[in-house]
Amino acid sequence: MTTIMPKRRKDKVDELAKAAGTSLTAQAFKRMRRSPVAITGAVIVALFLLMAIFAPLLTPKDPYFRYPELFTIKTPNFIPGSMPGFLFGSDEFGRDFFSRVLVASQQTLLVGVLATLIGLSIGMVIGGLAGAFGGWVDTVLMRLVDVMLSVPSLLLAISIAALAAQPSQWTVIIAVSIVTVPIFARLLRGAMLAQRSSDHVLAATAVGIRRRTIVLRHMLPNSMGPVLVQATLTLATAILEAAALSFLGLGDPDTDRAEWGLMLANAQRYLEVRPELAFYPAIAIIIVALGFTLLGESMREALDPKNRR
Amino acid sequence: MLRFVVRRLLQAIPTLFILSILVFAWLRALPGGPAGAMLGDKATPEKIADLNRTLGLDQPIFVQYFKFLGRVLTGDFGSSLVSNQAVLDEIGFALPATIELSLTALLLAVGFGIPLGYLAARYHGRLVDNSVVIGTLVGVAVPVFFLGYLLKLWFAGEGLGWFPPSGRQTTGIDATEVTGFATLDGLLTGEFDAFGDALWHLVLPGVALATIPAAVIVRITRASVLDVVNEDFVRTAESKGLGRQTVRRRHVLRNALLPVTTTIGLQTGLLLGGAVLTERVFNWRGIGYLLAEGIERRDYPRLQALILLGAVVYVLVNLLVDIAYGIIDPRVRAR
Repeated sequence: MTTIMPKRRKDKVDELAKAAGTSLTAQAFKRMRRSPVAITGAVIVALFLLMAIFAPLLTPKDPYFRYPELFTIKTPNFIPGSMPGFLFGSDEFGRDFFSRVLVASQQTLLVGVLATLIGLSIGMVIGGLAGAFGGWVDTVLMRLVDVMLSVPSLLLAISIAALAAQPSQWTVIIAVSIVTVPIFARLLRGAMLAQRSSDHVLAATAVGIRRRTIVLRHMLPNSMGPVLVQATLTLATAILEAAALSFLGLGDPDTDRAEWGLMLANAQRYLEVRPELAFYPAIAIIIVALGFTLLGESMREALDPKNRR
Repeated sequence: MLRFVVRRLLQAIPTLFILSILVFAWLRALPGGPAGAMLGDKATPEKIADLNRTLGLDQPIFVQYFKFLGRVLTGDFGSSLVSNQAVLDEIGFALPATIELSLTALLLAVGFGIPLGYLAARYHGRLVDNSVVIGTLVGVAVPVFFLGYLLKLWFAGEGLGWFPPSGRQTTGIDATEVTGFATLDGLLTGEFDAFGDALWHLVLPGVALATIPAAVIVRITRASVLDVVNEDFVRTAESKGLGRQTVRRRHVLRNALLPVTTTIGLQTGLLLGGAVLTERVFNWRGIGYLLAEGIERRDYPRLQALILLGAVVYVLVNLLVDIAYGIIDPRVRAR
């Protein structure tokens, strides 16, 4: 039998058939590739990652070496500005600030990624258990999460960071990550609870699949969308919160360590003399935070079933 | 309605109870334990043992906890290591400053946030919308304390010099203190120059603190208006011939503002966090300033009181928001 179908209509049918066969994730990815917001976010994040990976090769000078000869004027409070060979000038110790800003991308990325990963892991365990078991496990765990949420986030981070006798990079990372735990826990629990009564879980139960398998293979993967979105957004807030903790004097006191939040916080002391020391790391933080936020928001929009067409 | 309020009040009790246990545990986890933390630099083994006895730290842990609870409930948080004043007095003295600043910020955030969010939704997908959305994304990405310094750099002191760079009042201004709220005092005593001066000091820190809450309110308002516009009842209202303005005001905006109310409540947490940073930047002698100074000097009695009180305030504000929500939206009460 030969089908006589107008070509354009046939195309449309093909398209529909194809769409029916593609997963929500694939469709979301397709939508994101068309969105300028998503592309901007992805480009910023990609550049940031490249910068962090290749920073040691890109730096024109040793970011830790102090050049005492730069201090040509012997007044206190003098910090050398931009000059040939030192694009951004130097910091208060006479180190090449441009190289430091470049290298700092590594530590900043580390703070963001580690804080997010730790928060994500703990939050997922709590939320996953609550969502998988329900009942009293859910009640107890969520009550705990509620208490964590009942302390304003920066206050919570401060109280955790203050527990350490000596502040360090790790106290910052842990403090920032704990703050994100309740958010991830609630998200995953909500997504999993919503699936407990859904058709595919019901079908799997009816076939007699073990509960552990259902939770791990059916419920968990289907709940990851909102969690991934939140993780992307958290990368931005983690970097910002780490900067805030450094500003409050809870950051790593090691003067060698180059991290944008720490540099920004330290630069406040020299704001009257050389505001650039604050500007460069601040601009870097703003751009990177914006990149992760744009990417996360466009992911959220692309994954939203309301936008599925 | 009363039953709903009572139920919500009762629900807050277990949260506060667990919170008290956590703060109690926190004290014990501090470097040097509670006694070491309280004594600070002055700590010697004898002094610690002495204080341990006075504090009852040699007693069973349950007894210790209930004693701690008793002290907290009577407002006895010990005295600050920095000022030697009772922590509660310090807080009482600083509280008006923070309330004044936070209310200013909240007013600015709501005052700009809701109209901008509504505007963005009304011109959805157009230039206005896109610029507002991008503005909110950038606003959230700027570290609060850096924004504070930028505002100071541009609009105060060496910059344009329009606003005072720090503090709550010009030193030497003849202002009578009644309530501790600088603006309110100015109005009450009829010293309008003092009122204006206090208001002037509020502008820059208020703006710095308002940015993030404003951005959040804009986005929630926008999303919520977009949701409501597509609802059936809006279509019904339109199709039965109601005027555009009426539909917008009575049907769209009124329903869209429901989720915004909750968000405003949640902002108090952000405000508390932001206040710590903003007050530090602007030398604003409020709760945040106390906290920042407490961290720097490792003033644990002060920190403990501030953390506990901050959490209690946050829980109570959210409770109030819930109740307000129940009043606005009858459906919530039924649940």
